[in-house]
Amino acid sequence: MEFRFTEEQQMIRDTAGAFLAEVSTAAAVRAAMATERGYDEALWRQISEEMMWPALHIPEAYGGLGLGFVELAAMQEQMGRVLLCAPFLATVGLGVNALLVAGTEAQKQQYLAAIATGSTATLAFMAPGSRPDAHAVQATWAADGDGGVLNGEYRYVLDGHTAETLIVAAREAGSDGEEGISLFVLPADTAGVSREWLPTMDQTRKQASITLRDVKLGADALMGEAGCAWPALAKILDLATVAVAAEQVGVAQQALDSSVAYTMERVQFGRTIASYQAIKHKAADMMLKVEAARSAAYYAACIADEALAGNPLGAGLAEAASIAKAYCSDAAFFNAGCGIQLHGGVGITAEYDIQLYFKRAKSTETLLGDAAWHRERLARQLLDGEAA
Amino acid sequence: MKLSFSPADEQFREEVTSWLAANLGGEFEVIRGRGGPGDEHSFVEERKAWERKLAEGGWTCVGWPKQYGGRGASIEQQVIFNEEYARAGGPGRMGHIGETLTGPTLIAFGSEAQKERYLPGIRAGKEFWCQGYSEPSAGSDLANVKTRARLDEANDQWLINGQKVWTSLAHESQYVFVIARTDPDSVAHKGLGFFLLAMDQPGITVRPIEQLTGTSEFNEVFFDDAVCAADDIVGAPGEGWKVAMGLLGFERGVSTLGQQMLFQNEFDEIIRIAKANGAARDPALRQRIADAHVGLRILRFNSMRMLSGGGDDGSLQKEAMIYKLYWSTWHRNLGKLAMDVLGAESEIIAAAPYELTRLQSLYLFTRADTIYGGTNQIQRNIIAERALGMPREPRG
Repeated sequence: MEFRFTEEQQMIRDTAGAFLAEVSTAAAVRAAMATERGYDEALWRQISEEMMWPALHIPEAYGGLGLGFVELAAMQEQMGRVLLCAPFLATVGLGVNALLVAGTEAQKQQYLAAIATGSTATLAFMAPGSRPDAHAVQATWAADGDGGVLNGEYRYVLDGHTAETLIVAAREAGSDGEEGISLFVLPADTAGVSREWLPTMDQTRKQASITLRDVKLGADALMGEAGCAWPALAKILDLATVAVAAEQVGVAQQALDSSVAYTMERVQFGRTIASYQAIKHKAADMMLKVEAARSAAYYAACIADEALAGNPLGAGLAEAASIAKAYCSDAAFFNAGCGIQLHGGVGITAEYDIQLYFKRAKSTETLLGDAAWHRERLARQLLDGEAA
Repeated sequence: MKLSFSPADEQFREEVTSWLAANLGGEFEVIRGRGGPGDEHSFVEERKAWERKLAEGGWTCVGWPKQYGGRGASIEQQVIFNEEYARAGGPGRMGHIGETLTGPTLIAFGSEAQKERYLPGIRAGKEFWCQGYSEPSAGSDLANVKTRARLDEANDQWLINGQKVWTSLAHESQYVFVIARTDPDSVAHKGLGFFLLAMDQPGITVRPIEQLTGTSEFNEVFFDDAVCAADDIVGAPGEGWKVAMGLLGFERGVSTLGQQMLFQNEFDEIIRIAKANGAARDPALRQRIADAHVGLRILRFNSMRMLSGGGDDGSLQKEAMIYKLYWSTWHRNLGKLAMDVLGAESEIIAAAPYELTRLQSLYLFTRADTIYGGTNQIQRNIIAERALGMPREPRG
């Protein structure tokens, strides 16, 4: 048992942190978030082509670096720290994991190789107003020759208006719950696909709605066996959930660090306000939250690695993901909220960054199930004897 | 990062579990799961006998170096031992102060004579220790000890005068270690000494403190010309603070994993009750039960990080700094959850005059968790100052 970074993992984490601090400055974040696209294409090219980050946990056979989920979590944490505006979570957390879990050999060859060199992707599964369980899948598919025809509307699709590859979940008409669900992978410019940017409260991460109208797909678009994709989709969502939790650790950490730095400078009654216990104790509580969140996120990342490798420990993925997401969501919100309080009046200005962290904390909390949703999922396992 | 244990460690686990399965029964059946925090006063003689049984099997002091009678077990193996011990329902360890505090302190700072004299008794499960740190005016401000130590050269001994308080199991221990002022004119952490004393002597009086639970784990201990042999000072006169602080470092050890398994047992009991009495269907309680589960699992992940050694950057161990604040707060909340799951039944005690159920004791005694061993307020000061680099509190 060795629950700490290896030297190599530490190096990857440090390198990523240093690079991101250079490129994802407050000015860069503000410039990117003001656009509909939501990210700087030149920076994305640099991230994907020079740094090769989207290739991180893609196996070498598909043009990737063949590293693990712990490295991915470390990367996601560092991105959260600087609120990087990029389609990384959509492309890697959702897209790559979907292809790894559910893709056919041919799909992996085609799409993973493209992502490894900078192509973007995302996953669409949620109907308007739904929560992230099997009932969220309301788009329908019907067999049509070797392939199928898809119809439906998705909302809350991360970077859905810009992604080049779409992975979509749809159910057989008349099916319910976990039955009848299939996954498909298709180019975003397929006939019948229309996409619309949905402006968001957290402007640093973009969402879109996607509408499918009689989208005809060949058999090569189907991922796995038709109608049986819920277990795969659940696993994909759990993997992505772990990535989001890691990002929340970065958000929580930066909310703490920037608040401590501010209180060390701000003078009232002739002393820095950091010298008052009322401030120190709040900061201490924030550190407790972020360190506990870190333990939860990296434990879940280790389990995610085991799950991707098909090892027995991977059976704990759903539980580990829910523990991490429940705690990290609360921690990021707590730290960002306390952060605004510790900043005092400037905390509610647009000029200071803490408000951006507060908004990211909320958007990631909602994303893929909030804390209460994940706690209820754990409660079912603990109290009702269901598997989480 | 790697979560699995090596085959050799798994073999060690097998050795532990089979020994416990073979020995923790019969006359020891009654002490299964007993003697933990809040219950330390129960089954004392049986638990002392159990210590001797453990020692015969070589299961006391497993983390001590082999030269002092330990197994020289690795951190992983100590983790495994503590987990399996608690999982099997092993009783609260009567010997834990000697094993985890006195022993490591003597191994690090003691003279050869002190090691020869005191370590074997601890290892054999026959000699028990208590801790003489806190005083009425030295709680959070531990360095404010007033107890004095005077060298009586004519009789080649130290004479100790003063009072200690919150001393667990003082009346069940043969020995006590005490920090006392060797230089009467000194203040704060200068001029202290670290002394080893026999409890059975005319100069020492123990008075139990009745707690809100009606039981008495804690005691006041009065020293009135209590005698300590001249060479039973650990380190030099004036170096007591250094020794004492080294010892506090040993307190955050692998035994925390065992503690978590006790917490797990308590939590499992709460779940059993919730399923039986319908609380499991209450949406608000479901949230709190799940939250307790999340908290307990993360407690384990935190300690796995702590035991894997070093923070993420290899320097500051932040996960170690939050540890006490985290577990004590979690455990206190668990006590409240237990009562809320029980509902109206939570008011009814086991018997008059004041015999509490296990969960009622948990509820009341966990109020102490956030106070002893450094209050939550002191923990927050430590975190803010040492981990976050915020300005230090003024100290007299």
